[in-house]
Amino acid sequence: MILGYTITQWLFGILSFLAIMFALMVVFSRNPINSVLYLVLTFFCIAGHYLLLNAQFLAVVHIVVYSGAIMVLFLFVIMLMNLNEDTEPQRTWLNKIIAAVAGGMLLFVMVGSLKGAEQLQYKQWGSSQIGLIKNLGMVLFKDFLFPFEIASILLLAAMVGAIMIGKKEIK
Amino acid sequence: MLNGISINYYLLLSTVLFIIGAVGVMARRNSIIIFMCIELMLNAVNLMLVSFSTLHNDPKGQVFVFFIMAVAASEVAVGLAILTMIYRNIKHIDTDLLTNLKN
Repeated sequence: MILGYTITQWLFGILSFLAIMFALMVVFSRNPINSVLYLVLTFFCIAGHYLLLNAQFLAVVHIVVYSGAIMVLFLFVIMLMNLNEDTEPQRTWLNKIIAAVAGGMLLFVMVGSLKGAEQLQYKQWGSSQIGLIKNLGMVLFKDFLFPFEIASILLLAAMVGAIMIGKKEIK
Repeated sequence: MLNGISINYYLLLSTVLFIIGAVGVMARRNSIIIFMCIELMLNAVNLMLVSFSTLHNDPKGQVFVFFIMAVAASEVAVGLAILTMIYRNIKHIDTDLLTNLKN
């Protein structure tokens, strides 16, 4: 207990603060490469949250898929297009203010609707081992076998589609 | 309570992350940044699903997050291919310059 809070609560607070700060930096930084790097940091913070929630397998998959694969793809595309601060298109101040006001009002409505969630205090029962790869794999390959196979077809279709869209015109 | 943290804080955190992503979609003109903000919104929803999964002690929520990750990966592959195609055609990825359907 430090200052009346447990270690887990401190970790939650620090990770939340960092995640929100890095997410804001994604939106506000002018250089697209900085945006990508801040988004990677945000994803690491979210992986830390998964660890706090006892979802160890998802934390590892999240780091591998998002920070490892998707963000590298983004970085490659940005470097391919040679985007930097000078080529960055900017909205007018009026548009930015309108976006901020709309987002603020959306936040107001969403937080207002969360007031009813205060009764959601379920008592945790059983073991908290559901995030381990063994238990998750049992569910994935028993109850969700068909969606899993469909996901493989989706990935194949996406791969073929990306190659077809990305290649040069056939003469 | 999840390890001494109320579910409300997780809801609040994922809501704030989602709104930041939505504001990013509205406030930026660079297509790649808009795409990244969509990823941020997907992650906010993932975080909420995992927190509810832990709250109910039910692994199905985490399996759903797994599927969302698969869909997001394929979406990124196709989306970035489309963006490179747009860049090859009009030499820019500014969303305000994509006015082919206007006239």
